[in-house]
Amino acid sequence: MKDETISAGIYFMSGNMACVEGAIAAGCRFFAGYPISPATEIAEHMAARLPKVGGVFIQMEDEIAALSAIIGASYAGLKAMTATSGPGFSLMQESIGLAAMTETPCVIVDVMRGGPSTGQPTFPGQQDVMQAKWGSHGDYEIIALAPSSVQEMFDLTIEAFNLAETYRVPALLMVDGITARMWERVVIPPAEEIKVNSRKKPRVPPDKYMPFLPDEDMVPPMACFGEGYRFHVTGLTHDELGYPRAEDSAVQMRLVKRLCDKIRRNAEKIVRVDEVMLEDAEIIIVAYGIVARAALNAIKRARELGIKAGLLRLITLWPFPEKNVAKATEGSKAVIVPEMNYGQIVREVERAVKTVPVYHFPKLGEEPHMPKEILEAIVRCGSL
Amino acid sequence: MSIAEHPLSKYLRTELMPHIWCSGCGNGIILNAFIRALDDLQIDLNKIVVVSGIGCIGRIAGYLKLDSFHTTHGRPIAVATGIKLANPQLEVVVISGDGDLFAIGGNHFIHAARRNISIKVICANNFNYGMTGGQSGPTTPPKAVTTTTPYGNIEYPFNLVHLASAAGATYVARWTTFHVGRLIASIKKMLLRRGFSFIEVVSQCPEMYGRYNKMRSALEMMEWFKRASVVADFSDPARAEITSDRIVVGEFVDAEKPTYEELLYANIAQTTIKRT
Repeated sequence: MKDETISAGIYFMSGNMACVEGAIAAGCRFFAGYPISPATEIAEHMAARLPKVGGVFIQMEDEIAALSAIIGASYAGLKAMTATSGPGFSLMQESIGLAAMTETPCVIVDVMRGGPSTGQPTFPGQQDVMQAKWGSHGDYEIIALAPSSVQEMFDLTIEAFNLAETYRVPALLMVDGITARMWERVVIPPAEEIKVNSRKKPRVPPDKYMPFLPDEDMVPPMACFGEGYRFHVTGLTHDELGYPRAEDSAVQMRLVKRLCDKIRRNAEKIVRVDEVMLEDAEIIIVAYGIVARAALNAIKRARELGIKAGLLRLITLWPFPEKNVAKATEGSKAVIVPEMNYGQIVREVERAVKTVPVYHFPKLGEEPHMPKEILEAIVRCGSL
Repeated sequence: MSIAEHPLSKYLRTELMPHIWCSGCGNGIILNAFIRALDDLQIDLNKIVVVSGIGCIGRIAGYLKLDSFHTTHGRPIAVATGIKLANPQLEVVVISGDGDLFAIGGNHFIHAARRNISIKVICANNFNYGMTGGQSGPTTPPKAVTTTTPYGNIEYPFNLVHLASAAGATYVARWTTFHVGRLIASIKKMLLRRGFSFIEVVSQCPEMYGRYNKMRSALEMMEWFKRASVVADFSDPARAEITSDRIVVGEFVDAEKPTYEELLYANIAQTTIKRT
């Protein structure tokens, strides 16, 4: 169906639109959602675009239903996605746990606004980044990416699908409301240049198939409903056959360790960061999303003032790029973490940075960090 | 002497037996009726998916040797919606309980019925939350004693067949575990038709409900079903409240209208960019 997706070229579009085009290019053929600002445009564009490529769009009765439907669609064989914002993301936490437990490949976009609760419906934030990792109960791992441009809304949506399919895990696109709603130039490459991964299929006949028996890479091949495998899926603790074994602590240990380790042990393959002027940097900004754009401008201006500043931009938020942060900040004098929240990723940075002081620069309200404000923070740290 | 295999065991994951249900539970009767309907119709077992929620009856998905999904509490219809729309060739059946489908999952039920999506729902209504030890639920009769209504239930129960028909279900029936033959016939009819379909099966929970409400055994509960049941096909579902002396059973609705997936795929066919 690749030839029916958007043609290669240069476009001017919003982040939410680019996300939709990225999803379709990645092979997404099922979207279920519920209207919520500032993510509604994704549902609207999906409603218009998916039928043109033979895909299914459905507006569900709430976000719980939306993610539940995605899980069903994924097990029925389609690449599936939903998009929401904070309040809907809270409702989805239950099914994020189900998707993690049942190893369902799926993509969830959270266009972050200011919270808690109804908060600031049309204003941007970065307040859900910890919820992305810890929102559902129990031990599990997910993958979360943070785009900081409209181009990355396209690229990282594809990446999210590829990671979800490769690791059989929910992949989250955690995007601030600015990056989702701003318009920028996007380069869409020819379909044949876009790398698309799909889930591994069983290599054994149905009577030999064990739906949760992992390969070497800790990921089990995935049959789909209707393919003749007649297998069972449950949110209960289950063995390799998918049978409930809630009373068996050895099975619980084996399953939960694998659900976590398939991501933790592959973290180096999954994690991506962007390093800017870090070689000799004394003051390092660790930022993600739209804030990293302001930080990039600020470090350039700091360099003009003779301050050796650098930027470590987190593209992957989860699994947290611990090693990259540790390595990048080694030998520096100070680390600054500007975030559009009251202190979330900064805690992870503090865990990763051993000897250098870490300064948090929170910002709440509709306005993102201005380059000038980050520059001032750099100058203050530089003079300490 | 070898033990002959039960003719219906090919429908079961026999390695998961014995099941978790209490002796006297109505769930076994429902499971039996369902697989007898599959057997009578010779349904293609590779093209049917059973989705269940949480509660005693939720375990039915695991016992059936079919593609099966035991979801979280209240969500089977939402998950089934995704399965059916992603692959409309599949027959998608939801089997779950009154609490799962009408308390925590009530929103999904009414909207799936409103859409007339071809999901076939069988609800085991045992008037309580059995798995958690017998709490009151959306179908618990007035004055009934449960662990969370120790002084008698003061809530009004849902009349499920009225709710389903008002929400737009195109097939609505109610039977009890006493009416096995009619239940099997009704399940077969449901499996052969299109559109959102709903069968309520009034079922006994002697351990967690009956014995606190003057019905000490499964037999006493089934005697109530036998004594109180009135077969009245196509009677007004609004007047079919379940009371201690009257359980109206039968088919209430059997209507035709375009289904959600038919309209959806017609739209897709019209919109899809044609390859040249």
